[in-house]
Amino acid sequence: MKEKLVLIGNGMAGIRTLEELLKLAPDLYDITVFGDEPHGNYNRILLSPVLAAEKTIDDIILNDRQWYADNNIMLHTGMRITKINRGQRTITAEDGTETTYDRLIISTGSSPFIIPVPGSELEGVIGFRDIQDVDEMLDAASKYKKAVVIGGGLLGLEAADGLVKQGMDVTVVHLENTLMERQLDSAAGALLKSSLEERGLKFLMEHQTEALLGDKRVEQICFSNGLQIPADLVVMAVGIRPNIELAQSAGIHSERGIVVNDTLQTYDPRIYAVGECAQHRNITYGLVAPLFEQAKVAANQLAQLGISYYKGSITSTKLKVSGIDLFSAGDFQQSDDTEELLYQDPGRGVYKKVVIRNNRIIGSVLYGDTLDGPWYFQLMRDGIDITEMREKLLFGQVSIGDSGHSATDHISAMPDDAEVCGCNGVCKGDIVNAIIDKGLFTLDEVKLHTKAAASCGSCAGVVEQILASTVGSDFTISPAKKPICGCTEYTHDEVRATLVKYELKEIRAVMDFMEWKTPDGCSKCRPALNYYLLCAWPGEYVDDARSRFINERVHANIQKDGTYSVIPQMKGGMTNAAELRAIADIADKYAVPEMKVTGGQRIDLFGLKKEQLPAIWADLNAAGMISGHAYGKSLRTVKSCIGSRWCRFGTQDSVTMAVKLEEMSWGSWTPHKFKMAVSGCPRNCAEATIKDLGVVGIDSGWELHIGGNGGIKVRATDLLCKVQTEAEVLEYAAAFMQLYREEAHYLDRTAPWIERVGLTYIKQCLIEDGDGRKRLAERFLLSQKYAQIDPWRARAEGKEAHEFAPMIEVVD
Amino acid sequence: MSDWIEIGHIDDIPRLGSRVVKSKAGDIAIFRTAQDKIHALLDKCPHKGGPLSQGIVHGDQVTCPLHDWKIQLASGEAVAPDEGCARTYRVRVKAGTIFLML
Repeated sequence: MKEKLVLIGNGMAGIRTLEELLKLAPDLYDITVFGDEPHGNYNRILLSPVLAAEKTIDDIILNDRQWYADNNIMLHTGMRITKINRGQRTITAEDGTETTYDRLIISTGSSPFIIPVPGSELEGVIGFRDIQDVDEMLDAASKYKKAVVIGGGLLGLEAADGLVKQGMDVTVVHLENTLMERQLDSAAGALLKSSLEERGLKFLMEHQTEALLGDKRVEQICFSNGLQIPADLVVMAVGIRPNIELAQSAGIHSERGIVVNDTLQTYDPRIYAVGECAQHRNITYGLVAPLFEQAKVAANQLAQLGISYYKGSITSTKLKVSGIDLFSAGDFQQSDDTEELLYQDPGRGVYKKVVIRNNRIIGSVLYGDTLDGPWYFQLMRDGIDITEMREKLLFGQVSIGDSGHSATDHISAMPDDAEVCGCNGVCKGDIVNAIIDKGLFTLDEVKLHTKAAASCGSCAGVVEQILASTVGSDFTISPAKKPICGCTEYTHDEVRATLVKYELKEIRAVMDFMEWKTPDGCSKCRPALNYYLLCAWPGEYVDDARSRFINERVHANIQKDGTYSVIPQMKGGMTNAAELRAIADIADKYAVPEMKVTGGQRIDLFGLKKEQLPAIWADLNAAGMISGHAYGKSLRTVKSCIGSRWCRFGTQDSVTMAVKLEEMSWGSWTPHKFKMAVSGCPRNCAEATIKDLGVVGIDSGWELHIGGNGGIKVRATDLLCKVQTEAEVLEYAAAFMQLYREEAHYLDRTAPWIERVGLTYIKQCLIEDGDGRKRLAERFLLSQKYAQIDPWRARAEGKEAHEFAPMIEVVD
Repeated sequence: MSDWIEIGHIDDIPRLGSRVVKSKAGDIAIFRTAQDKIHALLDKCPHKGGPLSQGIVHGDQVTCPLHDWKIQLASGEAVAPDEGCARTYRVRVKAGTIFLML
């Protein structure tokens, strides 16, 4: 018999938990839902637009009764639960009926805080919380004139704005001297106040309500300073209170909210709490994004997967008052260890503040120009070190040099024919049209429909801004937790940790264990899984050729016409007459149409047919040459300058060092391609400071540089350290590659990886922790034992022959 | 007019893999899914002519190696929002032997 799952509270957090659960384990439970409102589940955050007559109630219903029926969920609406008996595992409803549970979710939400002043029980005094409140407000607007909203926070201002739109004369009363003081500093608060005043709102700041007067219905409101003003409707929006009484009466430990752990379980492990009623790590949340994150984790736990954990959320706020651009996220009050970057342009009504601690954004407040809100939020959430972009930070993402196409500093001013995505030739107009015609809301949808930002991704920020400026406040920033692809709910880090922890050693095993949504993954997740398994289990994991991109499967580079190019290894870029003669002979023998010296100092033979590959490899092998791995997410090349062997400026023998590095690291698989270079002196002719690992000879030894990139977005390396001996260079290089192999996400180059984790972290792992460095280097060398096998020789000798030969030639 | 042509055995193609049949009409890609279903498509992506036989096979689709278009193996249709269609050929399998109709 199925276990019984009971949900108390038919709101957004609880129902989202059920939705997530049904996706993971549709048949695990018999589900019953109790809600005390008479409706299905609706989108509470859209009550303001309903009040402002921009949306109707029907627009905001999320799950109608049919949904409950379709999913075999028993729904009881208008039914309050009065008691939980944990010993018997039953709950009792107000009409006395008892229901048993095996697991229980409490999602009772919160109630508006009603200030206990005399007269607070009068008719016409309400909170702003549910459909009933909105109905009362609309009703009052049709009969009365004067409204007072107590509370100048997010909810109060949205209520006030809605009532003004309904034709009422609205005064907002606020205890503090700044509006939305939890989200705004005083400067932004003042800007907000003056634009709301222009729209007809009145304000009484620093006023404390003392009493509400009236016979049956409220008529007047009195303040502690003696002022008294008329009021036909009083909306209290001074805060919310988690509804914990039910949990408390059952002896479930509660403080401000019901206390839950990282799996959203209360002190009674059979009972979960999600949403506004839950208190996690001392925080209760009232915004929707964290509730959805909680729902996901609770569902994962209820589905008995036990893989996800909730670690708390970082939240951002956008005021839903049309025509006012305001964005706030994180912590923005100054303290001893924080710095503030400030941009003020009162003439344009623009105010931006970014708060920084340890070179990372911890909060931001934007007013008037909120285009960069999602960007700052992302930098904050991902903990990106902003040292490099600090001087341009306040001018927005467009100022950070996205390879040239950033001349336009304002999206709205950008002409429709401006090319946004240089890879796929997509203009701003194409993107805007697709967003409007197809109703797109997320970056991923825009990528799918227009191909903008779908190749190199460097224009993703601009595309996100176009999206934000086109759809306005309905725009959803990409979720904090990015799954690997549509086949799974889990992130790269979660998948990686799981396959190590549970010793999963096959792609199939990972997909089964983590409940993949597709039968055999896709072209995104399979190569990632193949890499993660290969990295985690060297020598044990059997590489899955079917999960390799074609280049890695056939050890050559596919070209636009379906032919291949072949690059033999040439360590350090050194060659000799015999090798060059052999390559020339082979080029003649196979009529190679074109040859090129590559950027990595190797020789590339173009235009080969797939069937020719094993034979050409056999010939190259015979001349002493092996695969140059120019096709893989792997060590590519170690470039070098000639160094002290010949150069009159050279201080170190860069060629020998390059050859040794390549001998150590060739054949290793990495999350993305990995390039090295060695220069013999600081003139740096090998361009080592734009490589993943650059080594620069100095008089006293070697400088080690990491995280450079000469591609889409040029990034100069960070200096890791200086070392003296060749052995040290090799050890640091091995350790750095292994750290990158073990911790970066698949398809992350070192540059974005280092920006994400920070140079400090890398230094901790490689410099401060000397033993750790040695262990990393050892693991690298161990995995190399299994990696340094020339794939060309094996295939020249007949391995995987089916891959290269046609099945049959049909001649009519 | 045409006849069924025997092109080989199902085990000549790896699961989630593909092989090419060379013909006068051009290369034809023969795919084998995880469930051992066999499909045949002209080996040209409707986008820019990429060799579909070289792509990664997943479910009942193949991802073109050149620009990541996803093509449905049974119909040859590109997965929305991409638009286009690769020519399909009829195949049948009898006791493990694959026959193709050109």
